[in-house]
Amino acid sequence: MVTATKTLLKVTDLYAQFTGFGGTRVVRAIDGINFTLDQGETMGLVGESGCGKTTTCHAIFRLLPPAGDIVSGSIEFDGQDLMQLSDSEMRSIRGRDMGMILQDPMASLDPLFTIMDQVAEPAHHHRGVRGGSLRERVVELLRSVRIPSPEIRMREFPHQMSGGMRQRIVGAISLSGGPKLIVADEPTTNLDVTIQLQYLNLLRDLQQETGVSLVFVTHNLGIVAKMCDKVAVMYAGKIVEQGSVRNIYNNPRHPYTQALIQSIPRLGNKDPLYVIPGQPPNLAELPTGCAFHPRCPFATEKCINEEPPYVSFGDGQESKCWLSVEEAKNG
Amino acid sequence: MKTFIAKRLLSSLATLLVLSIIIFALVRASGNPAELLYEYPGAREEDIARQAAAWGLDQSWPEQYVSFVWNIARFDYGQSFQYGTSVRSLYFDRLPNSLLLAFWAFLISMAIGIPLGIMSAVKVDSLWDSVGKTFALLGLSVPSFFVALLLVLLFGVKLEWLPFLGKAEGFFDWQHLILPSLSLGWFFSGAMLRLTRSSMLEVLGSEYIKLCRLKGLPEKVVIVKHALKNSFIPVLTLAAVNLVVMINVAVVVEVVFSWPGIGRLLYDGLINRDFPLVQGVVVMAGVMIVGTNFIVDVLYGYLDPRIRLTR
Repeated sequence: MVTATKTLLKVTDLYAQFTGFGGTRVVRAIDGINFTLDQGETMGLVGESGCGKTTTCHAIFRLLPPAGDIVSGSIEFDGQDLMQLSDSEMRSIRGRDMGMILQDPMASLDPLFTIMDQVAEPAHHHRGVRGGSLRERVVELLRSVRIPSPEIRMREFPHQMSGGMRQRIVGAISLSGGPKLIVADEPTTNLDVTIQLQYLNLLRDLQQETGVSLVFVTHNLGIVAKMCDKVAVMYAGKIVEQGSVRNIYNNPRHPYTQALIQSIPRLGNKDPLYVIPGQPPNLAELPTGCAFHPRCPFATEKCINEEPPYVSFGDGQESKCWLSVEEAKNG
Repeated sequence: MKTFIAKRLLSSLATLLVLSIIIFALVRASGNPAELLYEYPGAREEDIARQAAAWGLDQSWPEQYVSFVWNIARFDYGQSFQYGTSVRSLYFDRLPNSLLLAFWAFLISMAIGIPLGIMSAVKVDSLWDSVGKTFALLGLSVPSFFVALLLVLLFGVKLEWLPFLGKAEGFFDWQHLILPSLSLGWFFSGAMLRLTRSSMLEVLGSEYIKLCRLKGLPEKVVIVKHALKNSFIPVLTLAAVNLVVMINVAVVVEVVFSWPGIGRLLYDGLINRDFPLVQGVVVMAGVMIVGTNFIVDVLYGYLDPRIRLTR
C-alpha cells in the first residue's frame, strides 16, 4: 500500500528551560529546535548526555519536570498545535496517540500491579475497551512484543520478569492506546547487549506492522544506522545537524557529527578509540558564539564570537556551522 | 508462609525475652518498694524486711527473674504490691477504657495526618504544603500535656463546653472522650503527616509514576491507585506501632484528664514502685507490639506482591 507521506509531528522554534534557585538560574535545555517527522518514519535523536534529548521527548508530551517550562514554539501533532490544548485535552492525547518507552525497565513498571493491569490502562482509559475484549487486547499486545504464554504471564508482577521482558512490556504499554507516535528514550541503554539487538528488531517489526512513527533517542550512532530514516544531532540544546541517515553518515557536515562518527568503535580496528576532547558545556553557562567551539578542531575567531545560522542543502540536510555557510556559498 | 510464621514467632519470643530482662532490671533500679513504708510513723527495719519478704524481694535477682518469667508463661503477672489484687485483672479492667481512647485518638491522627500528608506531597511547595509542614512541626514539637492543658483551659474552663476529668459510665459517652483523644491524636498526627508526605514524595518522583502520567492516566488514578498504594507500607507500620503506644503508654494524657486507662495504671505503678504492675503492663505492651507487627507483616503481603510471593 502506497500512501502519500503526511507530516505527523512538526516542532517549530521550540524553547524550553529549567529555572532554579528562585528564578536566579535559568538553564536553556532546549534552545530553539525545529524538526518534522512523517507518518511511519523513524527519527534518531543523538547527542551526548545532557544535550537536551530527554527534555525534547518530554516536551513533545508536554510533561516537563516541575522546574521545567516550555517557553515558546509550537508542537504540531496530527494537525493540531499541542501548545494550544488544555491540560485535559493534552492528557487524552498522551497514551492514546503517543506512547513513550523510558530508559530504565526495572523502574518504569509499578511493582504493585499486575502486567495485565498496567498494559490495559491506556486501552481502558483512552479507548474505552472493557472486560473480555480488554483481556484479549492485552494478550494480543503481549504476544506482539513476544512475551511467551501471555495468558499466564499477564497475571504476574513486574518483579517476576527479567529486564528485557519488562522493557518489552513497556513497549506493549506504549502501543496499548493505539498510538501514531512512539517516543523511545534510550530504550536499550539498560539492557544486556544480547538483548539490545533483539529489542531493536522487535521495535522495527512493530513499527512495520503498526505504521507508527518513532522518535528514537540514543547516543549510539550504530543503532541510528540500523533503526532510523533520518537523524537529528543535538548539542547544548540545539540541533546542530539533521538529515537522512545516508547523508549524515556519508557526508557529515558539522564537525560535531564528524567527531561522533569518528568515535564509533569499529571491529578489527587496533587504533585507540577516538574521543571528542573536552566535555559537553554547562547549559547554564554556554560558551559564546557556537557552543561547540571550545571542542572544535576547526574553530576560528568567528566561531567564538558569532553563532552560525542554519544552512540548508538541497538534499534536505541542514547544518549549523560556519564551515557549512562557506560550503554553501562556494557551491 | 509456614517458615515465615515460624521465623517470626521465634524472633518475637526473643524480643519479648530481652524486653522482660530490661524491664525486670529497670524497675529494681528504682529502689526497694518496701522502704516506702518508712513514711508510716513507727515503721521499723524488721517491718520493712518482713514486707519485702512477703513480696518475694528477699530472693536473689535470678530467682526472682525465673519466677517472673515462669509466671508470665502462665499468663500470671502476679499480685500488685499496692492493690493486693492480681495485675491481670487490674490490666483488663482498664483495657476497655484505653482501647476506647486509643481508637478515637488513632482515628483522629489518621484523619488529620494522612490526607494532609498526601496534599502536602501532591501540591509540594504550595500553601497546602506549608500548612502541612507547620502542622507536623507543631504536632511533633508541642508536648501533648501542653496541648492537653490548652484544650482544658479553652473548652473546659473558659467556654465550659466539655467535661475534662475522668470518664462517665456507658460506652457512648462522647463528651468525656473528645479532649483526651484530641490531645493524644494531635501528637501522633504530626508523625503520620510527615511520613505520609515523605513517602508520597518519594513515590511521586519515581519512574513508574512518570510512565503513568505519560500514559495519560487521569491525575486521580495516578495519585490514588498508583502513588498512594505504593507509599502506604511505611505509613502502615507507623500506624500500627502508634496504636499500641496509644493503648498502653498514653501516660501523660491519661494523667492530665484523669482517664482511667492503662497509662495511668502504669503511672501509679511507677510512682509506688509496684514492680509486678509495671512489669505486667510493659510486658503486655510488648506482646501487643510484637503481635501487631506480625499482623502488619501479613498485611504487607496483601499490599505488595513482592513480599507476598517471596515468602
